[in-house]
Amino acid sequence: MLRRDWRTGEWRVLLIALVLAVGSIATVGLFANRVGLALQQEATSLLGADLRLVATHPFPPSYRAAALQRGLRVVEVVTFPSMVVYGQQNVLAEIQAAEEGYPLRGKIHIDDGTPHVAQGIPAPGTVWADKRLLQRMGLQLGNEVAIGALHMRVAARVVRDVDQSVGFASFSPRVLINAADLPASGLIQPGSRISYRILFAGDSAQLADLRAWLKGRLLAGEKLEDVRDARPEIRTALERAEHFLGLAALTAVVLAGVAMALAASHFIMRHLDTCAMMRCLGATQAQVLRIFMVQFLLLGGFAILLGGLLGYAAQSALVQSIEAMREAALPPPGWLPLWQAAASGMALLFGFAFLPLWQLKRVPPLRVIRRELGMPPARTGLLYVSGAAVLSVLFLWQAGSLKLGLTVLAGLIAGMLLFGLLAWLAVRTLTWLPLRGSHAFANLARHGRTNALQIVALSLGGMALLLLTFVRADLLESWRSRMPPNAPNRFIVNIQPDQRAAINNFFTQQQLPAPQLFPMVRGRLIAINNHPISGNNYPEARARALVEREFNLSWSDQLPTDNALVQGAWWGQGASSVLSVEEGIAKTLGINMGDTLTYDVAGSSFSAQVVNLRKVQWDSMQVNFYVITAPDMMKDFPASYLTSFYLPADKAQASDALIKAFPNLLLIDTDAVIEQVRQIIAQIAKTMSAVFLFTLLSGLAVLYAALLATQDERIHQAAILRTLGADSRYLRRLHLTEFAVLGALSGLFAAAGGTLLGWVLAIKVLEIPYHSSALIWLVGVGGGIVTVTLAGWLATRRVAQMSPLQVLQSV
Amino acid sequence: MASILRAMNLGKQVESGGQPLVILHEVSFTVEPGDSLAILGASGSGKSTLLGLLAGLDVPSSGTVYLDGVDIFSFDEDERARLRGRLAGFVFQSFQLLPALTALENVMLPLELRGASDARDRATAALQRVGLVARLSHLPKHLSGGEQQRVAMARAFVVQPKILFADEPTGNLDAATGGQIIDLMLELNGAQGTTLILVTHDEALAQQCGRQLHLAAGRIVP
Repeated sequence: MLRRDWRTGEWRVLLIALVLAVGSIATVGLFANRVGLALQQEATSLLGADLRLVATHPFPPSYRAAALQRGLRVVEVVTFPSMVVYGQQNVLAEIQAAEEGYPLRGKIHIDDGTPHVAQGIPAPGTVWADKRLLQRMGLQLGNEVAIGALHMRVAARVVRDVDQSVGFASFSPRVLINAADLPASGLIQPGSRISYRILFAGDSAQLADLRAWLKGRLLAGEKLEDVRDARPEIRTALERAEHFLGLAALTAVVLAGVAMALAASHFIMRHLDTCAMMRCLGATQAQVLRIFMVQFLLLGGFAILLGGLLGYAAQSALVQSIEAMREAALPPPGWLPLWQAAASGMALLFGFAFLPLWQLKRVPPLRVIRRELGMPPARTGLLYVSGAAVLSVLFLWQAGSLKLGLTVLAGLIAGMLLFGLLAWLAVRTLTWLPLRGSHAFANLARHGRTNALQIVALSLGGMALLLLTFVRADLLESWRSRMPPNAPNRFIVNIQPDQRAAINNFFTQQQLPAPQLFPMVRGRLIAINNHPISGNNYPEARARALVEREFNLSWSDQLPTDNALVQGAWWGQGASSVLSVEEGIAKTLGINMGDTLTYDVAGSSFSAQVVNLRKVQWDSMQVNFYVITAPDMMKDFPASYLTSFYLPADKAQASDALIKAFPNLLLIDTDAVIEQVRQIIAQIAKTMSAVFLFTLLSGLAVLYAALLATQDERIHQAAILRTLGADSRYLRRLHLTEFAVLGALSGLFAAAGGTLLGWVLAIKVLEIPYHSSALIWLVGVGGGIVTVTLAGWLATRRVAQMSPLQVLQSV
Repeated sequence: MASILRAMNLGKQVESGGQPLVILHEVSFTVEPGDSLAILGASGSGKSTLLGLLAGLDVPSSGTVYLDGVDIFSFDEDERARLRGRLAGFVFQSFQLLPALTALENVMLPLELRGASDARDRATAALQRVGLVARLSHLPKHLSGGEQQRVAMARAFVVQPKILFADEPTGNLDAATGGQIIDLMLELNGAQGTTLILVTHDEALAQQCGRQLHLAAGRIVP
């Protein structure tokens, strides 16, 4: 029977819809998986590892042993400040002594006469130094410098380093040496300020295993970091990217579901006769159900196999077609997305086809005599309910984020109901317009319900596409605006209160805008609401670390410009004993509005009440603080000042002049970090464009299914009209007008829905400013008309060529 | 007076399983205006194919048809469609009403195709004549078979065609309803002077027409 149905083309529609559904889910899934892995890799190069442990003491050997036992790669790095001496000059540098194998992730770019990617680490007796040190000391490659008891040759200049944190540890120029030289240097002494790091790299299962092993074994002062913990600005970028890819996958799921629903109802309509006949010939309801169920399972298996292959091929082609990705040598995808696609395909098939099947077995045998007998009409609603239920579950699964999933889902359901109603009203209204082509409008109105359904399907597809295009554009725009070309690229730390005026003068002389100086005091949180706290109060490693170390505290009369209040109000001038906390850290430490926090600063303490919570853009590269107090409390504590500013490349020598004029200042160059963040963002942007293509394909599948679903009726109608005297020009005009109106209405609703949902998503979920655009309407309506009319014309082109007699005899 | 319909050596042959299958052999006859002609024959004798060719709904393998003096197969399909719109009405065994249109809208359809401005009034009048004025806004699926066929009749006659092609118009109806439909058709045929070409396998029905043409295996038999 499957073979017979196949010959008549009955199954093809369902198969195509399902293959496209599985194919698009698999493509998006596989692609997102690979890009996610690649992004993770890119991000890990900022850390030099997948996971790292930081401490102020040497690690017990058991850590290394445990990691090696789990198949992880391990290197240890020791970092400490030391003077580098060349001739008469001394410069404080950050010495980094690494073992062979460093870095585990990412590459160090060096120039030892020719720029290239470093293989390994400096040979014993040599150093690699960054350009700040070379510039400041007037060093040439081959010169010899003294570090502690060692005399070492400068073998290369570091062009691009890994493991550069934006924290205040790496403000000095950096020198990389071989760990083998360390014992002879005499620099590792009790009381030295040494930071020990142990870096791990391996697959995620090995890493998770090690994390579990380390949990509970970590000693005080040991901090475990992965890229998410370590780098708030990277974490934000990665989370946004995951949100976006989730959204793209969702769109594919919705579109696939819509295509399936159309195909399934088309299939039922075509099989009513067969079922009625089978029932007449003595088939029981169970037999009818079984026959179709087996067919569905066969079809599902075949479609999933085909869809999976299509998805795999499509994502490979996609990666190959994007130059940057080809060069990036993306890691191969995991199997999980394929299983997800297969499960989604089966769920869609049964969600949209099982209840219809159930209904098929209920077809009254009387239909053999009275063809107009359909199904009990009340039951058709169930098709949509079961389909919507399956779609919702898939939706939440694919979204990865409950909030994102529910927001988009709620938007789609609301859109569906609203679009349905509006579409029905719109096609009804059209008949009243005394326009040329009113017969086409009348025709549209007469198929009011069918057309409303088609408009809903197409609007949903269009809405998802527009949403993706325009939210995507907004997302990028918001990133660009947060990371403008003149984002701060230098930090100055350790400005003394009496140097503030001189610093301002220096900036004026250098024709640089006056910097905003932020006061800073180091303090440790010791009590919340007068209850003393310690690391033991917090099971979470990050929270424990935050309590155990000193915070940078600042004070101000004004809310920093790129911060936003999320709760409470900013204090006025003269406020006393109040403070403001960043919302993320408040959540981590369980701090609420109205709590009283007690800080210890250099042995004396102060208490103040939390009067507001702030949101901070960590990726803005501005100076930011977790905690800001009113000015009165801390003015007696010893403070230093810091600032960030943008230094154009052509004024780079100002850095050196600044350090010469104020030798105590610590100047941090964040250009490299910004460049890495930019690269990650660029990669995400490429992904977005590519994933968008697949959503477009799924959208076209909906259009195809919608056209196929009404194809029979159109052919029949055309045959009758031609019998009654309509010529092909008339039919063409009729069809094109219908399609253009369908397309325009779908596009209009899609633009309206996309604008509304885009606004909700931008403001509530992605938390970026939303700019409405006239383009979305233009693209929506124009794109709708062009696409639907073109596809409609292609699909109905043959209608006018068929012999009316054959058509009428076949009905 | 010129013949309204003239079939000349009309033949139709199709491919079936790679073999040529002849459905109609060299069929020739003429029909005068106002005549009623019944085409009779068993199932598969080629009578519906013949009717389709006479109306220009399909293309013959050989021969031609003159409708109102025009060689319809010298025209392309669009010109034939326009000619049908001007001259012909149709009634089919399976009614062929558009399911999404009401009874009234189905009857208005051929008038709208001609751009008639009074389509609604004329369609209402036509439905009144077939006794369905109470069913104007009903969809076909809410009408009985006999009622659907009366809507089809109203649609055929509303344009006052010169010639009406009817393909087994009572085939899907019981004897009593079928009889009413035939009476109605002949009455309208008489009242409007419309030529009637009726395909049927019912000998009694055929006898109500002025002439009978018997087909067997695609040939006219005496």
